[in-house]
Amino acid sequence: MPADLTQSSGMVRPVRMGAIMSPWIAYCLATPAILLLALTVIGPIIVMIALSFTNYEFGSLGIQWTGLENYRQLLDDRTFKRALWNTFAYVAMVAPASVLLGLFLAVLIDGLRHGQRFYRLVFFLPVTATVVAMAMVWKYLLHGTIGPFNLLLQSLGLPSLDIFGNRDLALAGLAAINIWSLAGFNMVLFAAGLTGVPEDIYDAAAMDGMESSLDRFLNVTLPLLGPTMLFVVVTSTITAFKVFDTVAVITRGGPRGSTDILLYTTYLEGFSYFRMGSAAAMTVVFLTIMMIFAWIQARVLDHKVHY
Amino acid sequence: MTAAVELRNISKSFGETQTLRDVSLSIRPGEFISLVGPSGCGKSTLLRILAGLAPQSSGTISIDGAEVDYLPPSARDIAMVFQSYALYPHMTVGQNIATPLRMRQLPAPARLPVIGRIWPGQSAKRARIEQTVIEAARLVEIEAMLDRKPAALSGGQRQRVALARAIVRRPRVFLMDEPLSNLDARLRVTMRAEIAALHQRLGATFIYVTHDQVEAMTMSDRVAVMMGGEIVQCAAPTELYDNPRDLRVARFVGSPEIATISSDELIAANEGFATLLPHTPVIAAFRPETVSLVPVAGHLEISATLQRVEQLGHEILVFLRLAGGARLTVRAAAANVTLPAAGQRLSVWLPRRTPMLFDADGARIFRARHGEPAHAG
Repeated sequence: MPADLTQSSGMVRPVRMGAIMSPWIAYCLATPAILLLALTVIGPIIVMIALSFTNYEFGSLGIQWTGLENYRQLLDDRTFKRALWNTFAYVAMVAPASVLLGLFLAVLIDGLRHGQRFYRLVFFLPVTATVVAMAMVWKYLLHGTIGPFNLLLQSLGLPSLDIFGNRDLALAGLAAINIWSLAGFNMVLFAAGLTGVPEDIYDAAAMDGMESSLDRFLNVTLPLLGPTMLFVVVTSTITAFKVFDTVAVITRGGPRGSTDILLYTTYLEGFSYFRMGSAAAMTVVFLTIMMIFAWIQARVLDHKVHY
Repeated sequence: MTAAVELRNISKSFGETQTLRDVSLSIRPGEFISLVGPSGCGKSTLLRILAGLAPQSSGTISIDGAEVDYLPPSARDIAMVFQSYALYPHMTVGQNIATPLRMRQLPAPARLPVIGRIWPGQSAKRARIEQTVIEAARLVEIEAMLDRKPAALSGGQRQRVALARAIVRRPRVFLMDEPLSNLDARLRVTMRAEIAALHQRLGATFIYVTHDQVEAMTMSDRVAVMMGGEIVQCAAPTELYDNPRDLRVARFVGSPEIATISSDELIAANEGFATLLPHTPVIAAFRPETVSLVPVAGHLEISATLQRVEQLGHEILVFLRLAGGARLTVRAAAANVTLPAAGQRLSVWLPRRTPMLFDADGARIFRARHGEPAHAG
């Protein structure tokens, strides 16, 4: 009999859970998540930062505190500086090109009457493919002697191009592969952003005299895609910074270091030469760059794109 | 600045379905006309065709005698206010209102988002635009909010911005697509009065689409009732109420809905109606205020069962059911009425004259001579 329960003085009255739950329980409930985060993300980062101040080598028994020695050496390391420069050049090619191409494809497909799904699927396919397998295909396609791309050039009477064997072209070749795969992903994000633009606004724009599609694009579509744009630019930049597999599979940093990029150099330092301390220092530099970029993009762009 | 608008035989089909059938309408310069009807009747489609946002399948539109069928929306000298307001969320209120002028008066490079601001030789035009924007904002009392973004405004304020954006270039014709339906009831009443006042001030032609018959009746010079892609009747509000040409119009206009009783049932309720009604079966219709709860000399008494009473403060609505099952509604002053309990029988009095009559298809039956029994004429 429920009525009796509420009347008897000794019984606990029904209260909302939140009202009687102590902070202690809250921490208990959060513990698994905190532990997971600490063990898999925060812990490794702290260990890595600590290692970067030591001369630790894989397999060696001793470990010595060397302070900033690793970082000082990085400053003089021509290989590292070249890798850093290559990485920036690579990002400067991949991020803008993949964002613009993605936006272009999204707007183009959005204007189609038929076949929107088909084209989205086609351009999204590279995202679903395994990068290493795709890298092999690209390596064959652009191969200096047997590649179809070169056969095409030759049949047109043009000189053949060995893209991955050419110091000036290898990095751009790798960038092209990444743009190809990233543009499809960005296209899908922009397409999602475009569906969020209400149809009415375009009607209003037509009434207000935005006759040309350029006027409509610059005054309505682009500003309304602002939040999507921010997200796409940030993720594309970070993805471009993290390039590794195509380098490892196709060029291995060559020819003559022209495609040495930060992660590949770090990988060689740590897992080929076993100099973990130095590799850790490189990783810290990498991490710092990523943090700075993410911070700048979030801060500078944030107040410009939200309405 | 005002213009006559002429719609001639406008039809529109989307594939198999025909949304508009041969709609013709002449709108006088400076008139406030409402297109009203249930959702899906084609009223919004007609407005979009008028605006140039959608092409008609056939028919012509002319504004002040000139055909505009092949002109883009911005070249028709028409402004439109949307139900969703359709403001540009990334622009301030001032920029929103200025957009129609900016697009028309500034050269292409000066309209670009970033470069436009430093494009030379536009300062005089810009100053003039700014002045016009302030004047338009003042008309709808939002000049204090010019620097805010639409997201920071209430629904009513947003609708004012949309109005200002329409007013700012002084078009000859205003189109309004259910501009008040997203507002709450109280605000809707205020905005109704303001839009009517705005029409008075601007003197332009207003074409107003709504599904709310009260809105249409209170604001318009004429109301066009649309049903199933056709204009069933277009007349002044009082004419529409007193003299509907179609049962659907009679039902749509007026609240509570007009009561309909078949002629047989009416005669069964009181033999006196036999001389007033034609011999063929018809449908008689009674507005709630024509029915009396108290005896009136010369009226015909009929008996009914009380179903429900609605108190509106100054008046009451009494819902009745006749013996044959037909429903009848009475509107009466709240004072001096004593009613039995629900389910009890009571008598009401109907005027001894021929009521509004409709045939089985809902078309109004007009008798040859007024005041004569139908079967005699």
